[in-house]
Amino acid sequence: MTGATYLNPGLPVPVAENDGLDKPYWDAARRGVLMVQRCGACGAWQWGPEWICHKCLSFDMRWTEVKGRGRIYSWERPWHPVHPALKDQGPYIVVLVELPEAGGVRMLGNLLGDPRQDVRIGAEVEAVFEPHDDAKPPYTLVQWRYV
Amino acid sequence: MTERSLRGKVAVVGVGETAYYKHGKSPDPEFVLALKAILAAAGDAGIDPRQIDGFASYSNDRNDPSRLAAALGLPELRFSNMQWGGGGGGGSGAMGNAAAAVATGMADCVVVFRALAQGQFQRFGAAAPGGVATGEAALNAPYGVMSPAQRYAMRAMRFLHENRIGDGAQRAIALASYHHAQLNPRAVMHGKPLTAAQYDASRWIVEPWRLFDCCMENDGAAALILMPAERALDLKQKPAYILGAAQGSEYRNAARGHNAPLYATSSFTTVAPRLYAMAGVGPKDVDVLQSYENFTGGVLMSLVEHGFFKAGEADEFLVKENLLAPSGKLPLNTSGGNLAECYMHGLELQIEAVRQLRGTSTAQVEDPEVSMVISGPMVTPVSSMIFGSRETL
Repeated sequence: MTGATYLNPGLPVPVAENDGLDKPYWDAARRGVLMVQRCGACGAWQWGPEWICHKCLSFDMRWTEVKGRGRIYSWERPWHPVHPALKDQGPYIVVLVELPEAGGVRMLGNLLGDPRQDVRIGAEVEAVFEPHDDAKPPYTLVQWRYV
Repeated sequence: MTERSLRGKVAVVGVGETAYYKHGKSPDPEFVLALKAILAAAGDAGIDPRQIDGFASYSNDRNDPSRLAAALGLPELRFSNMQWGGGGGGGSGAMGNAAAAVATGMADCVVVFRALAQGQFQRFGAAAPGGVATGEAALNAPYGVMSPAQRYAMRAMRFLHENRIGDGAQRAIALASYHHAQLNPRAVMHGKPLTAAQYDASRWIVEPWRLFDCCMENDGAAALILMPAERALDLKQKPAYILGAAQGSEYRNAARGHNAPLYATSSFTTVAPRLYAMAGVGPKDVDVLQSYENFTGGVLMSLVEHGFFKAGEADEFLVKENLLAPSGKLPLNTSGGNLAECYMHGLELQIEAVRQLRGTSTAQVEDPEVSMVISGPMVTPVSSMIFGSRETL
């Protein structure tokens, strides 16, 4: 691994779907760029990736770079390890972040820092790119920290 | 009653179940469990099992109706059906599908069943080591979001936050289930009472849920037999008539990556009104309720969405005394439910709802006429249903 990761190594490695739907997202994350879908026909933002726009039903979904700035919409703190890689992890924080500049789409990630810290719904967070260079295949996760 | 309704047309005439075992502990293979529950339900109804001509299940049940029909020597298989969606959201859906087949003459005697042997297969609450994650799983698993509890805790957390609900509301649901399980010798948690202090001291699984907020996992099987209402009167048991069944979920409930527009929901906001409309009753008419507990927070939201109280009243309504049989405001999960009786993926809740109308529950409510089941909150699709006594027809 290059640098520290929030969760222990050994969790499932994210790979793009066979049909290529979400490949642009994962490729962009490797470059340190956050991308979500936006409809070329009506401008609606969309996340997670889908082949069709839920608003206007156009298939003209495009990938658009967005600023990694958002607000915590909800959160949870898992303690019980359900995966062998998490056995010695202790608690960790998962946040659901709303991106106001991208139509309010929500993204999941870990909240970096002390896993026992207070989590405040509505608090501002920014994206941090967490590369996993030694994974097979290598990938980069989008994580979050308080602004 | 309009023509396009199930109301009063179909009845549950038999219920059956195997012993319930801790997960992985069934001495029987899953298929054998299914057969035993089905035969028990036929025995309860007092019918020859060879009268069965249809099967309905849910949650990717592995026991193929054609194989069941062959094993049971059924003269004819007329109906086989599987409700889409994993999880307990399909419990009432499968019942509704079976009832629809019976009401429309597609079949005469349909068994709804669910069988689970997790030693033979795998547990729900654990993930396999290593591997890769694609599609929506790739947006969740690398962040340590893999189990059902981890998938749904954030929905409940948002609901609790939006409505400023305290810790006591979820705790009351768990305490009521354990209280009722102490009266029920079938319950896996029979003889293991739970106090508020024990609940508060229990470990977190995933905040906002402690150990006792989460359902058990068990092996076993359960089955119910549905027949036309007019034939039910000739059988052994007091019929439980189906007044209504509804399934579905809201606008874009399954939007990937936790992007459901209505996120802080148990998915019943559109289902519940349709249920009551078909049944011709409202929440005030419900004498006893079984509400699927994958997690207590889901029960809380389900009760709100089915109109038993407003979200802002959760702290006030959800106190243990209100939820106890026989005389609480809303006796809830009177067999112990998924938390403390057993986890037959919620089919045991259907059986308990029928038992209440028969007057044979171990935590019997006095002369109930309307008995309701809510299945599988927070998943999609979800489903719920209402049974009535003969007096309600």
